[in-house]
Amino acid sequence: MTKMDQPKTIHELTTDLASKKISVTEVVADYLTKIDQRNGELNAFLTVAAAEAKEKAKEADAVIAHDPDIFTKKPFFGIPVGHKDIFLTRGLKTTAGSKVLANYIPQYSSTVVKKLEAAGAITLGKLNCDAWAHGASGENSDFGPTKNPHNLDYVPGGSSSGSAAAVAADLLPFATGTDTGGSIRQPANFCGVVGLKPSYGRVSRYGIVAMASSLDSIGHLTHDVYDAAAVLEITAGKDPYDASTTDLPVPTYTKLLDQPLPKKFKIGIAREYLEGLTDKDVLSSLEAAKAILARMGVEVIEISLPHTKYGIAVYYIVQPSEVSSNLARYDGIRYGNARASFGDEAKRRIMIGTYTLSAGYYDAYYLKAMQVRTLIRQDFDQAFGEVDALLSPTSPTPAFKLGQNTADPLAMYLADVYTVTANLAGLPGIALPTGKTKENLPLGIQFLTAQYTEEKLLNLAYHFEKTLHGK
Amino acid sequence: MENKVTPIIGLEVHVELTTKSKMFCACPADHFGKSPNSQTCPVCLGLPGALPVPNKQAIEDTIKIGLALNCEVNENNHFDRKQYFYPDLPKGYQISQYDQPLCHDGYLTLDSGKKIRILRVHLEEDTGKLQHTTIGSEKVSLVDFNRSGVPLVEIVSEPDLSSSEEAKEYLKKIHAIVRQLDVTTADMEKGQMRLEPTVNLNVASHFTPLVELKNINSFNFAVTALEYEIKRQLSEWQKTGVEKTKSNKTTRGYDSVKKITFPQRLKEEAKDYRYFPEPDIPPLVIRPSVVEKIKKTLPQLPDAIIAQLIALGVKMNDAKILSKDKTALAALRANSGLDQAKLASLIVNKKIDLAADIEPQFTRLTQIGETDAAKLAPLIDQVLMENPQVVEDYKKGKITVLGFLIGQVRRTAKGADAKTISALLVDKLK
Repeated sequence: MTKMDQPKTIHELTTDLASKKISVTEVVADYLTKIDQRNGELNAFLTVAAAEAKEKAKEADAVIAHDPDIFTKKPFFGIPVGHKDIFLTRGLKTTAGSKVLANYIPQYSSTVVKKLEAAGAITLGKLNCDAWAHGASGENSDFGPTKNPHNLDYVPGGSSSGSAAAVAADLLPFATGTDTGGSIRQPANFCGVVGLKPSYGRVSRYGIVAMASSLDSIGHLTHDVYDAAAVLEITAGKDPYDASTTDLPVPTYTKLLDQPLPKKFKIGIAREYLEGLTDKDVLSSLEAAKAILARMGVEVIEISLPHTKYGIAVYYIVQPSEVSSNLARYDGIRYGNARASFGDEAKRRIMIGTYTLSAGYYDAYYLKAMQVRTLIRQDFDQAFGEVDALLSPTSPTPAFKLGQNTADPLAMYLADVYTVTANLAGLPGIALPTGKTKENLPLGIQFLTAQYTEEKLLNLAYHFEKTLHGK
Repeated sequence: MENKVTPIIGLEVHVELTTKSKMFCACPADHFGKSPNSQTCPVCLGLPGALPVPNKQAIEDTIKIGLALNCEVNENNHFDRKQYFYPDLPKGYQISQYDQPLCHDGYLTLDSGKKIRILRVHLEEDTGKLQHTTIGSEKVSLVDFNRSGVPLVEIVSEPDLSSSEEAKEYLKKIHAIVRQLDVTTADMEKGQMRLEPTVNLNVASHFTPLVELKNINSFNFAVTALEYEIKRQLSEWQKTGVEKTKSNKTTRGYDSVKKITFPQRLKEEAKDYRYFPEPDIPPLVIRPSVVEKIKKTLPQLPDAIIAQLIALGVKMNDAKILSKDKTALAALRANSGLDQAKLASLIVNKKIDLAADIEPQFTRLTQIGETDAAKLAPLIDQVLMENPQVVEDYKKGKITVLGFLIGQVRRTAKGADAKTISALLVDKLK
């Protein structure tokens, strides 16, 4: 029997810790017990830093005893966190889900890990993922697939598979993730948690194993929208170690959440997203979302994103091109194992990317893809001239069964159809749970807004979540 | 026909910038003689997750070099990844510039007035260094990453040079310019300036195969290597008649002991670096106003200094030497009231102590000159020969006889300065 039978959000935990209803030691011990009980079947954690976490919890309780104000100084004081295993954590094994880095102990921590630790968060461990973040099911991990906590026969989505499964199973109040083509939003959708992909350049990529540098977005998975805003408040901002981070100031997202939506708030649904959408559950969740928006007094109109159909093709040229280059450093000379340890999916992407960047093919593939990428971006620019946000499914189906798509990489790639364009355009997106299928699998939707307008996205998501829960 | 042989020489010069930090991280750029791998970080070691952040100073320094070489500065720039595997290249790619160099289309003027076109000036990062050695009985290759990520500027000329002498003059001028700009110490011995000539011959409108020359670490070696290579190519041409094609460019090393070039690996025609724009660094926009600002900070360049000194009457050779020596040049200019030609010559010949007050030294050294010491010398010799007794007395300590001797000299050398004669006499009587 633990003190926490229901999934607790960060803000609920903070309230309980600050009021001394529970100690950090108890919080950490509770989560460790749950991890102990469920990780065997879920395979969400690759590394559990139990001893270090307990030690830090003890120190934290000592601080609270002296300094009751610590929760205002360090907003995440005593809050457990897990990191996708591509976030470098100094002294704590970081594998990227690949045997190439099976025993790699980083000498430094990523900026996001440092920021969260500086805010008082306690790292409980590292979370399973598709090797090098290549995948949409978690099945590409060299350390075995993660299972969907709602039904162990189903995938949790990917590549942030362990992050989504761990939060959904309440093994963590929140987890970090990365989203290069949907790798936060899709597993959040499959597991029924909130997944935020910030704008490209909003959160530092420094110290996170790079997948595709021009697409990688660093975000997180939480129990609710408030927490999504609270985490972003800490992780966002200019990083002198990442030249692609923006100078724009970081708004106090949590303070802006419950402001009423602006008058005449308009949401667009791209007709190109509906073409070919056949899954009845996904269609019904979209209809349910529209109904909620109607209750909120938000107008929903149909718009066009004419270059949508090229999204996957463009993504699967740009992304492997960058992957082939980014994986070149794993040569086994300075650290890690030899390149023979790369799995099939990484090898596939290295070969595709090497081909598309080769002399004689560059113009036809990479350069052309970058030109179409610009057109896709312009589609969105035009759309956001008309509407405040876009509504779409997060993925074309709910979670699928383990092994169902592994023999067909192309079918797996198509699972990204609603998510990749946001990465190509650098937009922020959020995946929100809306309900469940008859098979008890989560359903959800996605909202997108213009680049660097996370406050608008979170404001919308917060009201949507409230209305959904009848509050 | 045999006489009509023109070498066609192009030069690729790499210059390491002397910035405080490396090109993409905060590690010190000064790597020479430092303990191996003591100046490294996640970025220049290519650790997972590390990202490059460009060094603003290095970009400005590159623009300075470009402007000094009369280049145009691109407004829209970006870095590219040049991908190849080598153990001294930790990321598996070098961050360089491919299709949009910072500066392009400039020129450098030789003393003859001939203009050597500059194709491009771009910025990239240096690699680490391999050391092949033996530890115990085991042959090993070690990597030192201290040099990894040091800013490196590449200056590429068009093949406009037609002799080894022109090549040497070009190199010396580049060397003087980058030093004058204060962007590098360009110490050849420390590898801060590296040269790669490309050469072939035009033999009566037939072109011999292109050869790129490697590991040349001094201007003189460049000359001897080129001279050897020109002879070798001519004899090869006479023997085989093989002409340049798209695919027969080769790379040759230079042996400075034997003074010969020797074949290295065959340069692959289809070398594919899979260049693509570096996605970790946003595009770099250099606004014309920034270029103008940098232009204003440029120091006077060696050729302009030489022209100015020559206009003041300074000899060409003195002017050239002074154009490369900032301290000496400053001393000359600080004493603009003195005869610049004479002072320049005295400074160049190290007759003047630059640390001490210059004006009295100048006055002392030039007075003799005014009465023409050369003309007085034989007269003095004559007088001394005719007065052996007086000389004897002087040497015994009777210094007052000096006045008599001066008088004797002045009888013939009318109007000569007594002080000068006295100085010369004293010198002779030592």
